[in-house]
Amino acid sequence: MNVLVYLLPLALCLGALGLAGFVWALRASQFEDLQGAGWRAIANDDLPDLKQKDRNHEL
Amino acid sequence: MSAAAPIILRDLSTFVQCDADGVASLELAVEGMRCSGCMALVESSVMKVNGVISARVNFSSQRLSVTWQSGKTTPDTIIAAVTAIGYRVFPFVAKQVESREAHEEKRLLRYLGVAAFAAMNIMLLSVSVWSGNASDITPETRDFFHWLSALIALPAAAYAGQPFFQSAIRAVQARHVNMDVPITLGILLALGMSVVETLNHGEHAYFDSAIMLIFFLLVGRYLDQAMRHKTRAVAGNLAALKAETAVKFISENEVREVPIAAISAGDLVLVRPGERISVDGLIVSGKSEVDQSLITGETDYFPVSDDDLVYAGTLNISGTLRISVLKGASGTLLDEINHLYEKATISKSPQRLLADRAAQLYAPLVHATAFLTFAGWMLAGLGWQQALLIAVTVLIITCPCALGLAIPAVQVVAAGALFRRSVLLNEGSALERLACVDTVVFDKTGTLTTPMPQLANPGEIGLCDLKLAGRLALSSRHPLAQAIVKASGATLPLDATEEPGFGVQAVVEGKTLCLGRPSYCNAEVAAAAVSLHHPNASLLAFRNGDRVAVFAVEQSLRADAVDSVQRLKALGLNIEILSGDRSEPVAAVARELRIDAFSSGVSPAGKIHRIELLKSQGRKVLMVGDGLNDAPALAAAHVSMSPVTAVHLTQAAADAVFLGSRLAPVDIAITVSRRARNLMIQNLWLAVIYNAVAVPIAIAGYATPLVAALAMSGSSVIVTLNALRAQNPRRAGL
Repeated sequence: MNVLVYLLPLALCLGALGLAGFVWALRASQFEDLQGAGWRAIANDDLPDLKQKDRNHEL
Repeated sequence: MSAAAPIILRDLSTFVQCDADGVASLELAVEGMRCSGCMALVESSVMKVNGVISARVNFSSQRLSVTWQSGKTTPDTIIAAVTAIGYRVFPFVAKQVESREAHEEKRLLRYLGVAAFAAMNIMLLSVSVWSGNASDITPETRDFFHWLSALIALPAAAYAGQPFFQSAIRAVQARHVNMDVPITLGILLALGMSVVETLNHGEHAYFDSAIMLIFFLLVGRYLDQAMRHKTRAVAGNLAALKAETAVKFISENEVREVPIAAISAGDLVLVRPGERISVDGLIVSGKSEVDQSLITGETDYFPVSDDDLVYAGTLNISGTLRISVLKGASGTLLDEINHLYEKATISKSPQRLLADRAAQLYAPLVHATAFLTFAGWMLAGLGWQQALLIAVTVLIITCPCALGLAIPAVQVVAAGALFRRSVLLNEGSALERLACVDTVVFDKTGTLTTPMPQLANPGEIGLCDLKLAGRLALSSRHPLAQAIVKASGATLPLDATEEPGFGVQAVVEGKTLCLGRPSYCNAEVAAAAVSLHHPNASLLAFRNGDRVAVFAVEQSLRADAVDSVQRLKALGLNIEILSGDRSEPVAAVARELRIDAFSSGVSPAGKIHRIELLKSQGRKVLMVGDGLNDAPALAAAHVSMSPVTAVHLTQAAADAVFLGSRLAPVDIAITVSRRARNLMIQNLWLAVIYNAVAVPIAIAGYATPLVAALAMSGSSVIVTLNALRAQNPRRAGL
């Protein structure tokens, strides 16, 4: 069971990494607008807008 | 008058914050954002403004924050950009209270993250120990696991337990006991005992219980805080939407729109027809009528001219007024109302909430049980270490895990359910108070009736005339004209000229159209006939060549008022109307709604008096009102609601605000609150039952860390699941 001496601290470190990630996200204000973040995920702001596309199509 | 120029520049400098690098920022409350499309549209339209550095919408709080290079653009340009795509925006300064609450919420979330991390990892170690204890764990491995647990638990508890420790210390310093005192004691004892056990190579360490307790309690605290923050943010937005401004003369002929805070006594302000007067003052020049219904409940217009006093909150109807501001002048109506309001707020006894009562019972009971356990085992001949161990286990087992979640979880779920049904709570405790209401007192004007007057005789007017009149009415700012615009749904204005105080006129296809006072349109005869059927209505005449139509405009009941009142009666509530208006319109409304108890012509002081009387009869009164004259009564009542159209002071006095044109939110609020209160009580009983099962086990000395962990998490989960039922009050049509 000596392997536990390495494995457990390793597991804890991984957990602590997750905690650090959470604290980072919190600092970066990622929890300020939970509803908005959901909507942003499905927003097509990387595509040219529809009118533009139609116009291109006509050309 | 040159001052009545159509566009008035706004002075927004009080809202803009500038930092050292020349970056200016502004917070705006946005009205009407519904989806991601709205969000993207608002952001991109602001980003297109030259000089703007960033624009970010917060969808949850319905706000937009913009930063720009100072000097490159103006706040007006930015607001115009958003207004141009059809959203109303209002500049905004976050109140200090609100930013403090946002900060507190973040802090609790951080504690919660740390506690969750610690709880998960310690549980991992604890489960290994428990299964090992049942099979073949070596004492060395167990000690190693216990030491690792201690290494995580002690710093995590010291950090994440702060909210409880601080509050317990404050309570002890103030020489009273709150819920945090037994919590802190439980945590400290559990940790201390576990360290001693670990040192003695014992089998039972309670590190996991201590941390899990902190975790569950923090969840409760966080939910509570998150709800408080959210209601505060919504209230802040409403305040911004209604931000009161005044048009001030900055020189002889030049005017600027400024926030009301920037107005001082002696300033000269301009009020155009259709605008709400935002100051108390003396008319310097101008002649008009004012609608005082928000102040007194009186629906008839009141004529004013030079040297007359006008009050903040009244609506200027027909003429342009120049007003010299009287501030701090005592003896004004507003002053008197403010005075009554303050008195009512102070005299209101603080409500003892369920949670406080539970806490007060809980601490002495638990401590006595633990002490008796200790004494009992000593008498039974057990060594003092053993007896102490069992007594501490009792304290740990009884720690109020589920109790801490029982109420905030229900509050959050119920407040969310109300929010979706357009009721915004100003205060979390309003739920409990709404639940025990047995009498509802309504104001009439603006509460039972719609806030704006509506066309009462659409059936008597030809569709073609209504359409034309609506287009003509678009050119007028008169509130009566607005009612016709609404009824006709017109959107295309005609090229019309307005004669303030009389009416509007336009020439279409060679024919002269006019809309205004009956005398202005030569329609007195037709008007007299209409007035027979609508004695309380204001009349507007429309002339199209030689055809004449007369519109009767009056404040009508909210569309669902009759049903709503019936539902309230079905809930077993007594209903009453207290109005400042004349007796005929009040009686008419009461008859239509089948309400027997009503009084008219009641002054603000009279309203308080009536509510105090009801209170002295042991009634719990819900006051629903929107006028300035209702504010003191709202503050005096057991609990209060007001529609979103209410004046600022009134809304601040109300415990809950409802949106939209329906009255249904009132009975929905009561239904949801009653259910929420039932669930709270159920939850408290669940917590009690849990203790009734777990405590005898602990007293008998059979409790192990495994039993403690199962009992604690089990009861917390059950309580939380039960709270979710507050979401769907069983009633059709909600």
